[in-house]
Amino acid sequence: MIAAGQPAPEFTLRDQDGEQVSLSDYRGRKLLLIFYPLDFSPVCSDQLSIYQEVKPEIAAEGVELVGISVDHGFAHKAFQEKLGIDTRLLADFEPKGEVARAYGAYIEQTGHANRSLVLVDEEGMVAWVHESPTPLEIPGANLIFDALEAVGSDA
Amino acid sequence: MRGEGEALIVYADLGCPHCAAAWAEICERPAAVVFRHFPVASKHPRAPALHAAAEAAGKQGRFFGMVDSLYAERGRADDPHLWERAERFGLDLERFEADRRSDEVRARVRRDFESGIRAGVIGTPALYSPS
Repeated sequence: MIAAGQPAPEFTLRDQDGEQVSLSDYRGRKLLLIFYPLDFSPVCSDQLSIYQEVKPEIAAEGVELVGISVDHGFAHKAFQEKLGIDTRLLADFEPKGEVARAYGAYIEQTGHANRSLVLVDEEGMVAWVHESPTPLEIPGANLIFDALEAVGSDA
Repeated sequence: MRGEGEALIVYADLGCPHCAAAWAEICERPAAVVFRHFPVASKHPRAPALHAAAEAAGKQGRFFGMVDSLYAERGRADDPHLWERAERFGLDLERFEADRRSDEVRARVRRDFESGIRAGVIGTPALYSPS
């Protein structure tokens, strides 16, 4: 898994609406990359639903959220609608899992990303990382707030 | 709080089917059940209104009555169903209406939700025994 202090690997992926999104588009802003295994698995649903509820508080800290999984944009669109969320979802679809691999979040045996959070700072550097012990374990939103507090106090 | 014994803090969503299924069993535990609001609005759009209704009923002493009823009859979650419950419980309907739309009640529900976030709640129902 990538570590804090390293440059965040650049990527360009399509989102749920087919729009191309690059990491560098977010330069000057903080971005939280939410790697998750798959759309429509109950655990992911809860994770993104909960994050949606605290999105205003996270935004108040100057942080935007994007979800990344190996699903296609069409699946992301349906997943977004099912959950009633507006968090942008990026399709790490082809080559499959390439971005998750670049961040060290890909699980080869299962063919999807582990549940991992990567906070990228305004300069494109990794500021904080959380990797779940297993894809079944969901990182609570408290970890994000704790990280923002810690990162903020280091600044 | 409902029941006696060690405290059992329950973060629950009144729009959540898993919570509804677990609620009766939770209340049978030999513990003092402390209900904490955890409405996940993106998933259950009606949840904020239901939590506000429970809190407003609580102001007239019928918090758990409202929670029990909302879980027992999940299909009856529209405003007329809430008014019908308020009447059945003998609540002052005008006060119930004002309370459930008040900033105070909204803030109370949000405070519980945020405490759940801080505690790491990521799904409902989430149960914690402080001891």
